[in-house]
Amino acid sequence: MTTAHDAPESQGFRLSQLIYDTRYRSLTIQVVVFFIVMAFVGWLVDNTIQNLSALGKDFNFSFLSQRAGYDIGNAIIPYNNDMTHGRALLVGLINTLWISFLGCVAATIIGIFVGVLRLSKNWLVARLMTVYVEVFRNIPVLLWILVAIALLTEAAPAPNAYKINPTTGEASASMILDSIAFTNRYTAIPSIHFDRSLGVIDTALAPISLNVLAIVALLIASLWVNKRVLTHAANMQEATGVRPTTWWKSALILIVPMVALLFALGFNPDEPVLQGFNFKNGTNVSNSFVALWLGLTLYTAAFIAEIVRAGILAISKGQTEAAYALGLRPNRTMNLVILPQALRVIIPPLISQYLNLTKNSSLAIAVGYLELRGTLGGITLNQTGRELEAISLMMLIYLAISLSISGVMNVYNNRVKLKER
Amino acid sequence: MKKSVFFGALTAATLTAGLAGAATLDDVKSRGELICGVNTGLVGFAAPDANGNWSGFDVAICQAVAAAVLGDASKVKYVPTTGQTRFTALGSGEVDVLARNTTWTFSRDTDLKLQFTATNYYDGQGFMVRKDSGVTSAKELDGASVCIQTGTTTELNLADYFKANNMSYQPITVDSNAEGEQQFLAGACDAYTTDASGLAATRAAFANPSDYVILPEIISKEPLAPAVRQGDDQWTDIVRWTIFALIAAEEYGVTSANIDELAKGTENPEVNRLLGTEGDLGAMIGLDKTWAVNAIKANGNYGEIFAATIGEQTPIGLARGLNAQWTQGGLMYAPPFR
Repeated sequence: MTTAHDAPESQGFRLSQLIYDTRYRSLTIQVVVFFIVMAFVGWLVDNTIQNLSALGKDFNFSFLSQRAGYDIGNAIIPYNNDMTHGRALLVGLINTLWISFLGCVAATIIGIFVGVLRLSKNWLVARLMTVYVEVFRNIPVLLWILVAIALLTEAAPAPNAYKINPTTGEASASMILDSIAFTNRYTAIPSIHFDRSLGVIDTALAPISLNVLAIVALLIASLWVNKRVLTHAANMQEATGVRPTTWWKSALILIVPMVALLFALGFNPDEPVLQGFNFKNGTNVSNSFVALWLGLTLYTAAFIAEIVRAGILAISKGQTEAAYALGLRPNRTMNLVILPQALRVIIPPLISQYLNLTKNSSLAIAVGYLELRGTLGGITLNQTGRELEAISLMMLIYLAISLSISGVMNVYNNRVKLKER
Repeated sequence: MKKSVFFGALTAATLTAGLAGAATLDDVKSRGELICGVNTGLVGFAAPDANGNWSGFDVAICQAVAAAVLGDASKVKYVPTTGQTRFTALGSGEVDVLARNTTWTFSRDTDLKLQFTATNYYDGQGFMVRKDSGVTSAKELDGASVCIQTGTTTELNLADYFKANNMSYQPITVDSNAEGEQQFLAGACDAYTTDASGLAATRAAFANPSDYVILPEIISKEPLAPAVRQGDDQWTDIVRWTIFALIAAEEYGVTSANIDELAKGTENPEVNRLLGTEGDLGAMIGLDKTWAVNAIKANGNYGEIFAATIGEQTPIGLARGLNAQWTQGGLMYAPPFR
């Protein structure tokens, strides 16, 4: 039998096989790399421990339960300087999430508009959008934030300009509609006041207003009923070919109960009044917040516009032509045919823009808006001297936020992506 | 740690790691240069001129230490630090001494592992407002927006003061004195608060200093002291006694004008010990006999430094007040050189 004769003799396992035998080589490389990486990590950890002990410092997080002692100008949840560093961290975290949320929403809306308009056949509109995109995405976001705060601070009058001068009988600045005042510190806007308030539930995290809860519950209920009406209309259209008029039903369902509830609660705006140095009663939206929000939004929107444009261009022209052939008007073609398909291309890079915006919100320190970087990574770190603990905790939190955004967006992406059958 | 065996194998590697060394004196000598952490720019205390040469009250301390250790007051490298970065810069060994109008507090001394050497300026926190605001007392600041440098003791004092007086305020957080100045001038805050000396120095740099008033209330004790890392006692002693040498020199009438004369020997044994003509105090802290002579020669004694940088003849115009010699009713008191 020749076949048996040709088989190589079994020589057992030799060490050189680890390098020269393709069956083992990749495993060898992986093991070696793993050990090098682990050794490096171990060296870093050990070095840190040694340096800390040389400085006489330990690694613990007990500072989080100590009294913070400092004030935060723009806390959303109740906070005062008797609360702990942990509470200050939470205030900062909520500010981070709030600015990121508002930034992402505004950047998406602006980005989609700009992206679509950049493809407009109108020469002027398309060029204007090109200029916007190129100018904003090619200058660092920090500069945009600083430009925004400089404009807001230098252009608006000080609050005392709204005071009536006793000699002339006039104020040098006047409020818009008697309810909005732009100042070089903040914009004073009316706050919402309920004459017949339902009260608040006190939780450890933050007091929850029952009024807001009732409004949100009603809004969800109205939307749900409205959706039922629309589904019913769609079914009728499927069955008979005639779509019943729904606009007045929708208007009735969405508006009437809300107006009734607001009336029952005694809703009225509380207008800001200048008292002493500053405006009271209303809500003061600080310039640092507006500047940060503007900077982050306009910068990120420029990137989102490009992503949207790329998404639209990725859809074959045949789709548009087919839609036109069916008699769809251009804006319906965009909304019903192009954008739904383009979303599949748009969503994945959009996720990274949301993550970027969230991480860029840490630039708030430049304008003194105290978010996570400003409280935990700024004042708490300085007052307690716990650099390593504060920074590693901050990194963990940003990591958790980013992974959560990524996770939620991936779920959404799975829903809109092409279903293969 | 469970992995200690694994890490034990790696300790050899860690020998190369830049531990914040214990012997700062040796480092400075071998480097031939003192690295001094100073303010990013506070006229009178530490600010670079048009040519990039630093001068000021804190800078003079750096120069005196450099003169005492290296014999040359110009061998100083200045590292500007903000309120936020200063302690990290010192703790990590980036600077040898931190002379940056830093308040000596319990927790900084103990928990932050700093070693404050000797108070070189007794200060207190004050407020500055625009004259046309009509405010004459800090008690009238209820509801005001206050600009405040982050990472400072003033931040905590401010919160305490307004709470104790049952007043509210809006903190406007700034990162450096320059940013605070800009925000205050733009009217983004009604009052600017920091150490009274810092306010005077800041106001001196304004275009119209007389349009601004510093309120009479001093709301805290702010003993400003140069700091070094904990755990290097010799280096602590050097910086501490250099400052004391400057203070003692003023007390005994040793000035930059007469020091050469006095260094030849005097009737006063204390002066002789200070200037190294009797005994050898320098050797006890690892320096030359002439360490104090060099330190005093750099910019003169404490009184001369004060007068030249922040005194009443300068634009900053600070009176000696608490910082006068103890013999003049102040708190400046150097222990005996013996």
